[in-house]
Amino acid sequence: MSPKKPFFWLLVAVIAVFLLPVVTRDVGLRESLLLAAIYIILATNLNLMIGFTGYVNFGNIVFFGLGGYIGLYLVTAAGFPVALAATVAGLGVGAIALVFGLGILRLRGAYFALATIGIAEAVNAFVSNFGPWGGATGLYLSFEAYRPLGGPREALWTVYLLLVAVMGLSLFLGYAVKTSRFGLGLFAIREDEAAAAVLGVNTPLYKAAAYSLSGVLPAVAGALFFFKQGVIQPDQAFDLTLSTEAIVMLMLGGQGTVTGAALGAFLYEQFRGILLTSPVFSSFQLVIAGALLLVTVLFLPGGLMGWLYHRWPRLRRVLE
Amino acid sequence: MTKQHRWIIAGAMATLGFAGLVASGSSVAAADVVTIGFTESETGALNVDSIGQFNGFRLWRDQVNAAGGITAGGKSYQVNLAFYDDQSKPDRVQQLYSRLILQDNADFLFSPYSSGLTATAAIISEQYGKIMITTGASEDKTYQLGNKYLYEMYTPASAYLTGALDALKTVHPKARVALAYADDAFAKAVATAARTYVQSIGMELVFDEAYAPSTTDFGPLINKMISAKADALIGGGHYADGATLARQVYDHKAPLDFISLLVAPDSPKFATLGESAVNVTAPSQWAPQATFKPDFGPDPKTFGDAYRKAYGIEPSYHAAGGYAAGLILQHAIEQAGTIDPDKVAARLDQTDVETFYGHVRFFTDSSRHGLQAGHSMVIVQWQKKGDQLVKEVVWPRAGATAPLAYPLH
Amino acid sequence: MLGVFASMLDGVLVGAVYGLAAIGLTLIWGVMDVINLTHGAMITMGMFGLYLAFTELGLNPYVALLPVAGLGFAAGVVIYWLSVHRVVGRPPLMSLLSTFSVNLMVIGIGTILWSTSPYNIDVSLPGFSLGEYTFTGNHLLAAAAAVLIAIALSLFLARTRSGKAIRAVASNRRAAELMGIPSSQVLARAFGLGIAIAAVAGGLIATLFPFTVLSGSDYQLKSFVVTVLGGLGNPTGALAGGILLGLIEGGVTPFIAVSWIPVIEFALFVLILIAFPNGLFARRTHR
Repeated sequence: MSPKKPFFWLLVAVIAVFLLPVVTRDVGLRESLLLAAIYIILATNLNLMIGFTGYVNFGNIVFFGLGGYIGLYLVTAAGFPVALAATVAGLGVGAIALVFGLGILRLRGAYFALATIGIAEAVNAFVSNFGPWGGATGLYLSFEAYRPLGGPREALWTVYLLLVAVMGLSLFLGYAVKTSRFGLGLFAIREDEAAAAVLGVNTPLYKAAAYSLSGVLPAVAGALFFFKQGVIQPDQAFDLTLSTEAIVMLMLGGQGTVTGAALGAFLYEQFRGILLTSPVFSSFQLVIAGALLLVTVLFLPGGLMGWLYHRWPRLRRVLE
Repeated sequence: MTKQHRWIIAGAMATLGFAGLVASGSSVAAADVVTIGFTESETGALNVDSIGQFNGFRLWRDQVNAAGGITAGGKSYQVNLAFYDDQSKPDRVQQLYSRLILQDNADFLFSPYSSGLTATAAIISEQYGKIMITTGASEDKTYQLGNKYLYEMYTPASAYLTGALDALKTVHPKARVALAYADDAFAKAVATAARTYVQSIGMELVFDEAYAPSTTDFGPLINKMISAKADALIGGGHYADGATLARQVYDHKAPLDFISLLVAPDSPKFATLGESAVNVTAPSQWAPQATFKPDFGPDPKTFGDAYRKAYGIEPSYHAAGGYAAGLILQHAIEQAGTIDPDKVAARLDQTDVETFYGHVRFFTDSSRHGLQAGHSMVIVQWQKKGDQLVKEVVWPRAGATAPLAYPLH
Repeated sequence: MLGVFASMLDGVLVGAVYGLAAIGLTLIWGVMDVINLTHGAMITMGMFGLYLAFTELGLNPYVALLPVAGLGFAAGVVIYWLSVHRVVGRPPLMSLLSTFSVNLMVIGIGTILWSTSPYNIDVSLPGFSLGEYTFTGNHLLAAAAAVLIAIALSLFLARTRSGKAIRAVASNRRAAELMGIPSSQVLARAFGLGIAIAAVAGGLIATLFPFTVLSGSDYQLKSFVVTVLGGLGNPTGALAGGILLGLIEGGVTPFIAVSWIPVIEFALFVLILIAFPNGLFARRTHR
């Protein structure tokens, strides 16, 4: 596949939209877009596993949470600047994921999905008991940590810009993998793993690499996000709900496409924002999310992008 | 897939996107209204504890507004409370406090209930430079992170169980103490202090374990306490886990002579546990029988009567703390003559007053700014009077309404 | 020493109930190759069903298990036709997500009705004591009920016509279809049966511990662990898995802090899944 210009311009346009609050100094819009960016990062990276490789990772949140813990620990205990701490967190989690991946990727289908839930719960339970990370009470950031970035208020802008950059990287990564030989190998595994192996794809290595790669940027995002929050606690860091919500976003937008993953995440965040503040509707959030997911799964397995491509087949050639 | 299906889905998705655009409008604050924002745990594990505090806020608002509002710098401000349900979850707390500040234009903040939730909310209040009066948040660490706008109404967590141990010492100086506490910020801080105190007064700590706040099966813990031959149990966390622990200790017929649990037994709802509640004690920030002579605001009896009239139940200490939080904020605003946060904060730093809730003063040194320095606690016990369970103050002796009932059964 | 024994006995009593819950999950898995993610929500419904029957209708909680089972079965059949029928035999992602979406809806509606606050069924039966350790009647009765239901289920599957039809469809759907068995109806019934068992297990758990709308997801995780111990798709193995898990937990508890138990539990879960995907009690590998 040759690189396609429209995707590049789309990427530029998305980032331009996310830079809007920087120009208008609109804090409310920034907070909303920051969450959207997080969701997009989670969904597009999850797409590497679910959409490209065909492996359902129910515990993808473990990357985000571990990244947050490593990042915050490096900032509080070792005095790392946040950008460095986040980078180390990303690489560290990528390495950990490689180890986990080599273990559980022997499992197929539903067994693999169960194992990812098990890993998320095991890590959550372990961190809840792990003294250096504060156990169940978690890690708290001293306000001193924001000083190098110009105090808490300015620090929030810096973190936002970094997160937008990570989001841009995630979109680019998704596209780069999709159009590479590596991506082709993953697609082959998704369609028929045995056949892919026969055709010379090193399936265990490819799968483990995809699993590890899908953990790096969520971990960086986790480090940045929890630095912004100023506190990290196990139940928050390893919340399986967010994990499954990321799957909902992906399905909604259309698994297997980068644009779809991003679109699904963005729409889901908007939808959630509306329902957040009403006690009745925050419960309806689950009902509506469930209904949307069911309809998508049963009648529209390709999600929103699948529908668009079906309606305007030319779009697929233009976009990705 | 039929055509109809496709349209339904497209319609649903378009609606979602559209609604998202509409929802980003913001509200406008009217003149001469002071908005105080907070979250309360209407649902979730903390709802029993949180409701008392919420009632306290509302009673204060109603009384202030009926009396013409808060007067500052020649203006009268009507009090407007803006609040959301945080579902007892920390991740919602930060989002909602940001929203309270950015969209509801809150001038001041109250804390959510519990140390854990407050610690996360405090970060937002600090990031946006808003004063937050905390109530129901006594863990010391929150106030030692370099905050400038945080003020604590409660006696810090480190003092919670020392009174109970002092009371126990008078009846059983060589007690074998079991410490079983929720693994959350508040209970851990209490346990850390209690652990050292047990040994310093010559008792033996025979069991010392944390449990997950969501624990529902205390059987394994209770069996271990029995194996350790403990005769006194101290610990707990919040209402949901504390009530369950008390009930299961009773069901397991654990041979304990003394029980003191955090928070749960102070709630009027604890009496619904019946036999399991008899003679259980709790540290309390305040009791309705208190006899403080206030410098301003209601006296304890007036407050208690008004509260019972409004809500039909006895005020818990959470309720008193909530009302007092409003009272202290109001006092500082009136003294400062403005609602400017930095000037009000300067007045709060100088607070040194007696209210129906007791003495209130804040530490002002930067290592623990805003930590409560004036308030002190009592120990309450559910005692059986005929068929009724009555909450009596049993410690300190000076303010006691009944002697400590010992042993448990 | 008595303490360790008491702890293990306590573990076994509770473990039998977890085993029963896992039977509901594993039955559905074995028959139609679907991991039912509505399992937790159905356990929750069982809890609240029992709660309502007890507080609103004044029924004895153990009698109320019958209507709970009946409603559970009906709910299961409805859920089957609504969300499962179309995805049986499709890639696992489809059935995982379709059942998960029903789970979201049920929990959402439950939250609207009952919020996420704790509830409690106030019933306390006299038990017996071993030295200073007491076992409540609730625990004894719940464990006995769990074992009886498990036995009844295996008799049903082995002896009755309906039960044999379920087993036939499980082992080879096409062959069963050719023999004149209406396989979709049988699958719907099996799904209903699995949900009924989950709901009854939820009801039994509600007589032991307080619960919230969200409790089901914890017990669903427990069911996963138990199922993996006992072998996915193996109902008798699930009861044994539950009791084994109870024994392990009870045996370990006296020697380590209680908060480490989940770490052991889930680490064990992942390791067993990798090492013995067919469970510890699998006699032969099938599928």
